[in-house]
Amino acid sequence: MSSDVTADAAPGTGAPAPGRPSGTGVPAGAAAAATAPGGLDPAALRRRERRFRYRDKWWGYALIAPAGLGLAVFYLWPVVQTLYYSFTEWGAFGGTEWIGLTNYRTLVGDPEFWQALGNTVVYTALVLLGIPLAMVLAVLLNVKGMRGTGIYRTLYFLPVVTMPAAVAVVWRWLYNGDVGILNQALSAIGIDGTFWVSDPTTVRFAIAAIGVWMTVGYNMILLLAGLQGIPQDYYEAASLDGAGRVRQFFSLTLPLLSPTLFFTTVLSVIQSLQVFDLVYLILGANTQAGLTNPAYAEGQTVVMLFFQKSFFDNQRGYGAAIVCVLFVLIMALTAIQFRLQKRWVHYG
Amino acid sequence: MRRRTLLTAAASALTAATGALATGCDSGASARASGRGGRLTYGVWDVYQLPAMRKAAREFERTHPGVTVEVQLTPNGTYWTKLRTACTSGTAPDVFWMNGPNFGLYADSGQLLPLATDGPDAVVEPSAYPPDLFSLYHWKGRQYGAPKDFDTVALWFNKKLFERAGVDPPDGTWSWEELIENARRLTDRRRGIHGIAAPVWAQENYYDSIAQAGGWVISKDRKRSGYSDPRTIEGLRLWVDLIHRHRASPTLQQLTDTDPRQLFQSGRVAMMQACSYDAATFWEDRGIRDQVDVAPLAHGRHRASIIHGLANVVYARTPHPELAREFVRFLSGRKASLIQGRYGSAIPARNGTQEPWTQAKPSFNLQVYLDAVKDAQAYPISANTAAWSHKEQQWLARAWSGHEDLTDAAHSLTRAMDQLLAQEGKSGS
Repeated sequence: MSSDVTADAAPGTGAPAPGRPSGTGVPAGAAAAATAPGGLDPAALRRRERRFRYRDKWWGYALIAPAGLGLAVFYLWPVVQTLYYSFTEWGAFGGTEWIGLTNYRTLVGDPEFWQALGNTVVYTALVLLGIPLAMVLAVLLNVKGMRGTGIYRTLYFLPVVTMPAAVAVVWRWLYNGDVGILNQALSAIGIDGTFWVSDPTTVRFAIAAIGVWMTVGYNMILLLAGLQGIPQDYYEAASLDGAGRVRQFFSLTLPLLSPTLFFTTVLSVIQSLQVFDLVYLILGANTQAGLTNPAYAEGQTVVMLFFQKSFFDNQRGYGAAIVCVLFVLIMALTAIQFRLQKRWVHYG
Repeated sequence: MRRRTLLTAAASALTAATGALATGCDSGASARASGRGGRLTYGVWDVYQLPAMRKAAREFERTHPGVTVEVQLTPNGTYWTKLRTACTSGTAPDVFWMNGPNFGLYADSGQLLPLATDGPDAVVEPSAYPPDLFSLYHWKGRQYGAPKDFDTVALWFNKKLFERAGVDPPDGTWSWEELIENARRLTDRRRGIHGIAAPVWAQENYYDSIAQAGGWVISKDRKRSGYSDPRTIEGLRLWVDLIHRHRASPTLQQLTDTDPRQLFQSGRVAMMQACSYDAATFWEDRGIRDQVDVAPLAHGRHRASIIHGLANVVYARTPHPELAREFVRFLSGRKASLIQGRYGSAIPARNGTQEPWTQAKPSFNLQVYLDAVKDAQAYPISANTAAWSHKEQQWLARAWSGHEDLTDAAHSLTRAMDQLLAQEGKSGS
């Protein structure tokens, strides 16, 4: 990672600002120069280094400028604007009016918001259950001498690269209460299946199952990479010490894989809390049925509610408040996860 | 990356707005430079009607030398979002399609130019269109839309299923009682066949039955909801009872999982109420073309159906208001209406130009859609129709699914709708 290079170098040089007289940087730079390898005169080396630093830095900024500008204009600035609009009432054709915390007060008393938030949290929790599953798959695919691993890897990864819209269309048919394959299979073993995505009691589980199906491949690939990064000698040493397969898994594999597990967990939480397209289409909100799915209230996610309020009900200020709350929630959950990682993640 | 969807969604409106603004300035400048002739843009959303619209535009160009009309297609899914953004930034098409549920929003916030209805500058003559269609585009004393087409509602039925059940096909004389009775007789649960489909559809189902029962959805001054009126509830109850009491319709869950049209086309539902534009769907399906036909709706206390239709409107900030009005006058005229009818996609709104539409599908009795006009009632709207129509869907779905008593749901809906209507009155922008 390139950022490591600058991070390591920065304390030594004091990162002099451009255009500053070169003399002022000397005391801070001395420490770095003293430890520099090679037979060059420390002062000359220092000068050369600084020259490179200036130039490198400007090149660096120039090269990231296009991406950085795009990020600022299309992502960061809208975030600031969204925050501003969450304190306003925004008519359908512009014309904002500052209304302070009114949107947030409405939100706290809006049962639809709390229901949507609850749905989203349940979905996220259920999708997290896919990580152990991905772990099992990764371990299985990592077994030496197993045949057809390439095929399995591809099969499990396929849902990840499939458009959520296509996934939703297919799963709607699989889940169809009258003619779906799932219910036909269940009836073969004597179980009378339900209307999975229009029954309020099953809708969240049915959608989360698709969520797991769509993410398990991605997590599996990451975990597989993590597994393959564990040196084989550790296992040899462990078996010499008399550790069985199970002991090896819990005492070696799991701790050494914990950084990857942490990464997949953080990413899954961030993505799941923002789930939109899959659920929107599964509930049939894009069809003439619209919001009349009897399980709509139990399926609707926070981003769906934001979309509904902002772009259909013409309450954009309120929509902005909804996403701002979601934004803060995601930040908080991510921060908590980073806090907790100290307890269970082992690096190296 | 999916991770970015939230930010993207939040940003899309803003970035779209700035983008549109930039391009809009250019087109405005060039249009002004070209002087009297000018270039008009015409915004539409239906790809099936595109050929007819293009043909009409060419015809207009032919009679107006120096004028070009560009027909801009935006798919239905994004049409309204895009149009709203374009209106905000001053770059909407000069002339564009409007529908009932969205009309109030645009008229109320001054996005449309009024159209003269009499005198030498008249753009639309009121007498040339069905009155309830014309009045749909009337807002606070002024006319803003020139009716383009209309859709009414009628009862489709599967002749084969009627024969098998020994039921006489509907002939326009049916009362609600006969509709219910026959739907029950047509239901054959062993074969998975239901007499009728009762989805939570407004224009096709409950708006019609509310009118037939003598109820109302919204007050004349558009300030109060009519959902607590016993007659309104009676109109709603027809459908809830067809599902739960008479068990003559698939449940709401079944109708959510499979679109009612598909159930009808696959012979698993014997009747359904559908709008005139659905005729094309049934005509295209060769498997059922000869098996189905259409009849007038059953009557309750009254004989009634809902009429809705699109209109051509002029954008308030168009650089060519006169030319745009002239184009709208042409589009609502006899010639353009006949072009539209000949392409067979939608029923032209102008009286006396509808014959070609009914004749395009000879085996269907499409005349019933034209006859429905005389008992038609206007589609209910207000300044922010979308907001309460979503409440409508959510509350009525609870009653339809049986999770909530119909009367309770109707009262909750009244409260929610009244609150939204009060907000409309307050903002008034």
